[in-house]
Amino acid sequence: MRETANLFFRLRVRWSAWEIIFWLAWAGVFFYPGINLALLGQVLIWGLFAMSLDLVLGYRGIPSLGHAAFFGIGAYTAGFLGKYGWTEPLSGLLAAGLVSGSVGLMTGRIVRGLYGVGLLMVTLGLNLLLYDFVDRSTKLTGGHDGLQDIVIAPVLGLFRFDMSGHTAYVYILTVTFILFFGVRALVNSAWGLSLIGARDNSRRMTMLGAPVAGDLTWAFGISAFVAGVAGALLTQTTQFASPEMLSFQRSADLLVVLVIGGTAMLYGGFFGALVYVVLRDQLAALNPIYWYFWIGLLLVLIVTFFRTGILPTASQFWIRLTAHQSKRNKLPGGTSL
Amino acid sequence: MVFLTTLFNGLAYGFLLFIMAVGLSVTMGMMRFVNLAHVSLCMLGGYVMVTAMERFDIPFLATLPLAFLITGLFSIALERLVLRFFYGTDDLTQVLLSIGLVFMSISTIAYFFGPEYKPVSIPVWLTGQIDVSGLTLERYRIFLVFVGVILTLLILFGVERTRFGAMVRACVDNPRVASGSGLNMQVIFAMTFAVGGGLAGLGGALSASLLGLDPNFPFRYLVYMLIVVSVGGMGTIVGTLIAALAIGVADVCTKYYFPAAGGSIIYIFTVAVMLWRPQGLLGRKPGHA
Amino acid sequence: MAFGGVKVFNNLDFELMRGDCHAIIGPNGAGKTTFVAIITGLLSPTSGEVLLDGQDVTRYSVKQRVAEGIVRTFQINTLFDSLTPIESVVIAICQRDKVAKPTFRAIKHLHAQIDEAYALLEKFGLADDAIVATQLLPYGKQRVLEVVLAYALRPRVLLLDEPAAGLSTSQGRALFEQVVTLAQGTTVLFIEHDMNLVFSYATRVSVFAGGTVIANGTPDEIRAHAGVRDAYLGT
Repeated sequence: MRETANLFFRLRVRWSAWEIIFWLAWAGVFFYPGINLALLGQVLIWGLFAMSLDLVLGYRGIPSLGHAAFFGIGAYTAGFLGKYGWTEPLSGLLAAGLVSGSVGLMTGRIVRGLYGVGLLMVTLGLNLLLYDFVDRSTKLTGGHDGLQDIVIAPVLGLFRFDMSGHTAYVYILTVTFILFFGVRALVNSAWGLSLIGARDNSRRMTMLGAPVAGDLTWAFGISAFVAGVAGALLTQTTQFASPEMLSFQRSADLLVVLVIGGTAMLYGGFFGALVYVVLRDQLAALNPIYWYFWIGLLLVLIVTFFRTGILPTASQFWIRLTAHQSKRNKLPGGTSL
Repeated sequence: MVFLTTLFNGLAYGFLLFIMAVGLSVTMGMMRFVNLAHVSLCMLGGYVMVTAMERFDIPFLATLPLAFLITGLFSIALERLVLRFFYGTDDLTQVLLSIGLVFMSISTIAYFFGPEYKPVSIPVWLTGQIDVSGLTLERYRIFLVFVGVILTLLILFGVERTRFGAMVRACVDNPRVASGSGLNMQVIFAMTFAVGGGLAGLGGALSASLLGLDPNFPFRYLVYMLIVVSVGGMGTIVGTLIAALAIGVADVCTKYYFPAAGGSIIYIFTVAVMLWRPQGLLGRKPGHA
Repeated sequence: MAFGGVKVFNNLDFELMRGDCHAIIGPNGAGKTTFVAIITGLLSPTSGEVLLDGQDVTRYSVKQRVAEGIVRTFQINTLFDSLTPIESVVIAICQRDKVAKPTFRAIKHLHAQIDEAYALLEKFGLADDAIVATQLLPYGKQRVLEVVLAYALRPRVLLLDEPAAGLSTSQGRALFEQVVTLAQGTTVLFIEHDMNLVFSYATRVSVFAGGTVIANGTPDEIRAHAGVRDAYLGT
């Protein structure tokens, strides 16, 4: 019986078959003839970005309406490096992540103790401030037209970013997987469990003597780091950075992506990204305005019927279908598939 | 001189923001419901006005109460058919629901009216400028301030002096006790939504000529609505008024005197207020029933 | 202690002896919950001090007081709804042992904490439900978990706010049995309305009424106290 507990935690962190299939699929797709690698690369970047928000929103329960700010900071950092001579991509990624992460740490400190509308407004306000500044500072950032003349050297000195997008895809996939691996480990640690505890009941967490505010600051910092790297990935693979990358529009879209896919599952962001990017690609081609109608409808339906998001609902459905231990199941919240 | 004119223009803008936002403040304060789709109601009012004037040749002044009425009715329908099922859910769910509705409204309007800006023709006697004790003021803005003041007085009177107003105040102060003492919450919610939505529509109609009317209206003004409501304090009418006037004046003045700074000053101000008093200037501190 | 113009306590003197199982009883509105809030640091007294073993902890935050060993449970369950009991107790122990900083190390490696958590659940009779999500547990078991979470921190002072609230007589007795048996050496302070539990398990009783302690002593002394009868008991 004693072994139940240890077994529980071993199973909790074990890589399930679905996860392995998921990542193999992303790798395998590279070899599929005629596949649109650029589009899939976009999906991965959005997925990574959404995963960063998941850490703060899904696992810690803090809704942030301004996460694009971190994405944009990372994007522009990588852009500046590329434009002004530092063209090595890997270090550029790291720098972008660190800059963005520091801003994230500061944000975490600022929003501790806020909740509800006040929190939403502060995160939104900070995002808008940054956008406004970047959009206007034509001399510094290229303003509304964006940052041009960014040069990125070949990865590891060998792999150039070419038109076909092959290098870009492998680059994005590798970085995404590494960061995913790291965040997955974080979430399955005692610290990750404390985040979830604080989400469920921060009063009790305080009563356990936990550094709730400090943990939140770190969550923001790590989340911002990942978002910043995602932004840098976009800049490096497209050699372009624009204010749109840190707009409220993008923050709102990110929220939609994560909610569609499902929070607190890490993979939700990737599924949401897939739905979002593919839909946008198909529908927006038909007519850009009408695409908004369908996304809006999707959002309303999700919120009405799939309160937890597509992925958690689907996984619950699957679990019930293969119900061996229906009574012994945990609800999503720290579960990996 | 120029400063006074700018100030006056800011007041006109502020009153517009107030009329558009006051309904949102009350419903957020009363039902604790974050309804971002409120800004779509403003847009609806604008399009009602334009359609009435162009298709049915209804004179401008008459379209205003029409916009109020139709948007008000639409708000009741929206509340009864969709929104009321989400009372009591968490903030994020409501935000997402209402964003979804905003998206849908933008596309729907674009579908029926086209994506371009709609030209709004205001009556001749409201165009142009007029000299008022040395200042050259636009007639339309004088009209806005005039209407704004009257509406403000009506709203304050309605809330402070009528039975319905008292019921609304009770529901905002303490919903649990209010319903416990026999008030029919469903009816009060629906009526409040109707009036608030109607005002939003009226505000939208009034603003069409000044701010421009197109399907992207919600995206442009959602943030301002949220700022006014959160800075002023949810559920407080006077708070919303003060915040709206302050934001209106600040926005016009900074755009005129410090164009380089853009919207930054407003955003900095908002963030500062939210950090200092998260419940807004006149809002109630959380921890009430 | 005053809120605005309302005085809740007036010259409240209270002493808690080490190792005691001290009950606080009294009618509603007597200030019991305010008192507990002051001890744990949720509220700051407008005047007066809180001393722990001679150490002045009056200005200490909640977190600092927990570090000093002052831990409480709540009248209404304050649990982690989506987590299982084993996860909840493991967090508590990890926080106590300070092994919950940001790290990549999975929980499964923390054998000491996991084993201790499971042993604790066994002692309190929750072992069979260790991996059932808290919100799926019946109320009685949730109430027990509420106590376990506080107890897991090995507190110096364990404050239980109406631990048997909503429990049946036998459940309440079982809970107190467990607490008293396991709490050797821990000082327990509890608020209760169930007089049977109070008189069965308390070593000392204080009676709060109208913002002050009107009686203080062993259960027998309190039972015989005339003033207490008037103010409160009527049994």
